[in-house]
Amino acid sequence: MRIIKNREIVEDAWAHLTDEEIPANGRVTVPFGRWLVERETLLARDGEIGVRLDCEAPDELQRLVPDLPRIQLILLELSRFTDGRAFSLARLLRERHRYAGEIRVAGDFLPDQIYYLARVGVDAFEYRGAESLEEVLRAFETFSVRYQSAADGPGLIRQRRLVAGR
Amino acid sequence: MYQYDEFDQTVVNERAAQFRGQTRRFFEGKLTEEQFLPLRLQNGLYIQRYAPMLRIAVPYGHLASRQLRMVAHIARTYDKGYVHFTTRQNIQLNWPKVEDVPAILEDLASMQMHAIQTSGNCIRNITSDPLAGVCADEVEDPRPYCEIIRQWSTLHPEFAFLPRKFKIAVTGAAKDRAAVRVHDIGLRLLRNPAGEVGFEVIVGGGLGRTPVIGQVIRPFLPKRDLLTYLEAILRVYNLYGRRDNKFKARIKILVREMGVEAFREAVEREWRAIRDDFPLEEETIRWYQARFVRPDYDPDAPVRTWDDLRREDRGFDAWYRHNTVEHKVPGYRVVFLSLKPPGVAPGDLTAEQLDRVAELSERYSFGVTRTTHTQNLVFADVRQADLYELWQALREINLATANIGKLTDMICCPGLHYCALANAGSISVAHDIYRRFEDLDYLYDLGDIRINLSGCMNGCGHHSVGHIGILGVDKKGEEWYQITLGGSSSDDASLGERLGPAVAKDRVADSVEAVIRTYVDLRMEEEPFLATVRRVGVQPFKERVYANH
Repeated sequence: MRIIKNREIVEDAWAHLTDEEIPANGRVTVPFGRWLVERETLLARDGEIGVRLDCEAPDELQRLVPDLPRIQLILLELSRFTDGRAFSLARLLRERHRYAGEIRVAGDFLPDQIYYLARVGVDAFEYRGAESLEEVLRAFETFSVRYQSAADGPGLIRQRRLVAGR
Repeated sequence: MYQYDEFDQTVVNERAAQFRGQTRRFFEGKLTEEQFLPLRLQNGLYIQRYAPMLRIAVPYGHLASRQLRMVAHIARTYDKGYVHFTTRQNIQLNWPKVEDVPAILEDLASMQMHAIQTSGNCIRNITSDPLAGVCADEVEDPRPYCEIIRQWSTLHPEFAFLPRKFKIAVTGAAKDRAAVRVHDIGLRLLRNPAGEVGFEVIVGGGLGRTPVIGQVIRPFLPKRDLLTYLEAILRVYNLYGRRDNKFKARIKILVREMGVEAFREAVEREWRAIRDDFPLEEETIRWYQARFVRPDYDPDAPVRTWDDLRREDRGFDAWYRHNTVEHKVPGYRVVFLSLKPPGVAPGDLTAEQLDRVAELSERYSFGVTRTTHTQNLVFADVRQADLYELWQALREINLATANIGKLTDMICCPGLHYCALANAGSISVAHDIYRRFEDLDYLYDLGDIRINLSGCMNGCGHHSVGHIGILGVDKKGEEWYQITLGGSSSDDASLGERLGPAVAKDRVADSVEAVIRTYVDLRMEEEPFLATVRRVGVQPFKERVYANH
């Protein structure tokens, strides 16, 4: 499966499990509910782990915080592109919890949202819409000016300074 | 007025280019109707009852003369030659074509204008006091903070898909002319006992279906914390605001359901975690203050009160008394241009008038025109010596009706002539009422009265905070009107109380007349209308209005 990661189109090997058996190795993601139940099994296996968060239940993140260092991927599942909760969750992950792993979005989102998603700390996109991934890549460059600070660093407002007496 | 630098210009250019691409993809079928919807709304584009509507942002109500001319050009080129000024200080075009909108946005960008976030579930245009910087009762000029908030909220990556729309108003004055208590966030600059200037933070006000007066969640917020605190409020709202029902999605409902104390605690907890991440430094505030070009006032501008001419010319006298107010600089005065002459839809202006206003602003008010939330215009910096000449010029273009703050200075939404939501032709009702009060002596005797009309319960005409509020409702396909008394959006903000059952369209003007006659009978000396209503309650008005039913 081709996805966008770190602003490039790459082949992706993560398997998204629902209730299938957990393989002994390889990269797998599970929904948050399954993580809660099978945490020990998942941590004991030889392979990277991802957890899928339901953006309509923003409190899931809080319960996952202690385990974040052992999770290599957080997948934010967007059920409706107009629901903006994922944007806050991504910032909390990056800025509050200093999460350094991959933050990926999947589900219903538009290429037009990728610029914003990248700014709040999302670095991987499972895009399934009408545009080609090559076209979607261009969305990162929509704007060259960033007024406000976000997960990608301080914004222009912070840089505008007038020192007294000058 | 704030002067764009190259970065600000780049943002509006890139936004216009983005929308051109989105519109192309929509027409190519790569974006569905449903996907295009929030994208076009966040560029101010609605699809209305008869035609699209485009809302142009006027940040805190300031327009340079070249911008007014561009709006006039757009109205002539892409629309029917007139525009509408809104209750949030913006401008609406009522008949553009969807395929022309990219070109309109490019034209606007060429004059440092845009339609960014003038609609949709995002942070909307920042509004403020139309007398900012020129009134004597100000702690500090709010406009640099308005601009900082405008930039912070522009293309904010986290808050572009909120549960619902989000409106912020800022004032720096003791008297509230920005309706800060009926906004999602209202900010009041004030001085604390230690002498420092900061903000009182009011949250959860709003009109619409469930009108609510906002509550103070922080009595004093230091300036350095302005943006982090706003961000904390927005984050709590974005994560926890309701998304299951669009009529319960505004922040006022979240505040009500959580309780203001729990809401405050959630905001403060969030804020403590981020308050040092991007404080607003004094040097940054100074940069913004310095980007505002201020009028170069003439220190020798003569003081003129025009007493002789006012005795001779009653028309000029009435205009002077009702349409001009004091300026903090000696020799200057603030002039209101009334967009409420008889027979005109409140807030409408033609392209020719826009061009003339631009020209007059250059000649008499340093080239800047302001818009007000009561749908009028302001020349903020007029030399007193020029007042008579300006009055004559404004009369020629029908903008000198001496009724500012009076009964005929009504706030009114466009109603069902334009709007897909409206139940009622609010504009024709406004005309009916207007005709009953054309006698100016009577009008002035009645003093300050605010009538607000909305064509539906979404409340764009702010009916719930009108001294007299009039709301159009649909009863089996007929237009009926609910009347409320005693609302206010100012310092003493309150919601109007219902007078009784809705009245038929042809009875609205009669009912308003009955209300006014009751007031005249009951008022004590100079008592204003609102004070009388508050003293005696709605009962005596109700008896009179429904006496013949």
